[in-house]
Amino acid sequence: MPVLLEIKHLSKSFTIHSINKEIQASQDISFSLNKGEFIGIVGKSGSGKSTILKCIYRSYLASKGEIWYDSAEFGLINMVTAKERQITYLRRYEIGYVSQFLNVMPRTNALEIVEQALLDTGNGIEYSREQATKILTHFELDESLWDSYPNNFSGGEKLRLNIARAMVKRPRLLLLDEPTASLDNASKLRVRELIEQLKSEGTTMLGIFHDIEFMEGVCDKQINISQGKLL
Amino acid sequence: MKDFQTPILVVQKLRKQFGLGCDHCRDMKPEHLEKNYCPKCGTVYACRDVSFELYEGEILGVVGESGSGKSTMMQCLYFDQEVTAGTVSLRSYKNGKNMFAESAQQKRYIRNNMFGMVYQNPIMGLNMSFSAISNIAEKLIAAGNRNVAAMSNRGQDLLDEVNIPLFRIKEPPKNFSGGMQQRVQIAKALSNNPPILLLDEVTTGLDLSVQANVLDLIKKIQRELNISMIVVSHDLAVVRMLADRTVVMLNGNIIESGLTDQILEDPQHPYTQELVYSLL
Ligand SMILES: Nc1ncnc2c1ncn2[C@@H]1O[C@H](COP(=O)(O)OP(=O)(O)OP(=O)(O)O)[C@@H](O)[C@H]1O
Ligand SMILES: Nc1ncnc2c1ncn2[C@@H]1O[C@H](COP(=O)(O)OP(=O)(O)OP(=O)(O)O)[C@@H](O)[C@H]1O
Ligand SMILES: [Mg+2]
Ligand SMILES: [Mg+2]
Ligand SMILES: [Zn+2]
Repeated sequence: MPVLLEIKHLSKSFTIHSINKEIQASQDISFSLNKGEFIGIVGKSGSGKSTILKCIYRSYLASKGEIWYDSAEFGLINMVTAKERQITYLRRYEIGYVSQFLNVMPRTNALEIVEQALLDTGNGIEYSREQATKILTHFELDESLWDSYPNNFSGGEKLRLNIARAMVKRPRLLLLDEPTASLDNASKLRVRELIEQLKSEGTTMLGIFHDIEFMEGVCDKQINISQGKLL
Repeated sequence: MKDFQTPILVVQKLRKQFGLGCDHCRDMKPEHLEKNYCPKCGTVYACRDVSFELYEGEILGVVGESGSGKSTMMQCLYFDQEVTAGTVSLRSYKNGKNMFAESAQQKRYIRNNMFGMVYQNPIMGLNMSFSAISNIAEKLIAAGNRNVAAMSNRGQDLLDEVNIPLFRIKEPPKNFSGGMQQRVQIAKALSNNPPILLLDEVTTGLDLSVQANVLDLIKKIQRELNISMIVVSHDLAVVRMLADRTVVMLNGNIIESGLTDQILEDPQHPYTQELVYSLL
């Protein structure tokens, strides 16, 4: 199967200057993700799971190693050294990131949040509205919520909105950082269904799950991280 | 796609000093200065060595403590101040010719046609005793417009766009709240359809709901008009919301630049860490 993402000897350390401290978060991590595959990352709190996803997305600068992504636009590209402008492009068109938190502009309603993801990629207003409507319906976010601000949505509603926003752009690679944390069982099941569906549509996913048993049957492979290293 | 990676504005080694400098400070070495100031001769090195690129449709954030040179840089780019050294070029102007070296008349032309500016202090950007709509007409006239009816229509549309009620457009901005004044400045800055908008602390001093309002407006302008913007703010929340990329200034230098979330989540320079962690 063709590889979409290959991580080679990734290490990440943080230098906190004020206290002259060095934190080693990831050490010599290597693995690869095939197109259409769904890999789950597990490990204790603080073991370095999020650090890997953030290095891929370039929210963190890797200290060592390479992260090769097979981009539709740029071909094989090393996310560690790619230009900022290229990363901006990839985030907009190819790579989605979903965390348990929803970061949005104030005073933007649910429909607008999803719509804007498309407007930002240069789509027209009509098309964007149509697609946003479609995906919110698809993810069963109650229509009465569409014109509300999400700050008082429930955890599950926020998450569905968050995923809808990332998915409406049909990313080739989706990074999921504990999307099920703090959800009740019913909502977790919904997320699982959603991921199953994304998978059947061919989306490649790399996700951190606190309770990976929940993903059994959907997850193709598991990666265990302990103290920054791959077990 | 090619355009996506070609900058529309390139600033190289911009320097602005107030004072002539002396043998002690001329090398601008940190050990010869107190922050940006020469204790021997009193020269202020407001911008020492500022270089960056701005891309099409991009919002670039500029953060840094008070006195780090943010406003000076913006005013140099808008030709309010003569630079001491450095170059600036615009892709769409004479094949990237250095605009700092142009004549005063050419600079006026560039400023009136290529740039819009929103000043930190509205008094610098608006005539406080002319009506709001006349303030806009002034910029349109400077950009070469002569048709009164067309200018009046354009002014009304713009003020409507920034939510200034029609019945107040004949009032002078001195009657307006701070948020309204900033919105009139934005309307004025947009009036000549500039490819580049310079925004200096547009939301500072406004209360939170008005701030959100102005931020919304800026995002909308970027999305709908695809204008590139430089957004200066000492408020990291503002750049987090608006900017794809951010540069950090300290004592007249850019000490760090990167994707905005990377600057905020994984700051590298000791000063940036201090700036970011102090807010957590
Ligand atoms: N931005 C940062 N600055 C400094 N240290 C960090 C940063 N991010 C992570 N770390 C440190 O790196 C280590 C790994 O953190 P990481 O967030 O990757 O863990 P995790 O496995 O995702 O944990 P959790 O399950 O609690 O989310 C921890 O010691 C953490 O304190
Ligand atoms: N006309 C002037 N004459 C002398 N010094 C000046 C002049 N204008 C600015 N300065 C100095 O240049 C430095 C940079 O000022 P500037 O206004 O650019 O800072 P800033 O980063 O915009 O700060 P703030 O966040 O407070 O707006 C300061 O030390 C300031 O005192
Ligand atoms: Mg984590
Ligand atoms: Mg200033
Ligand atoms: Zn001196």
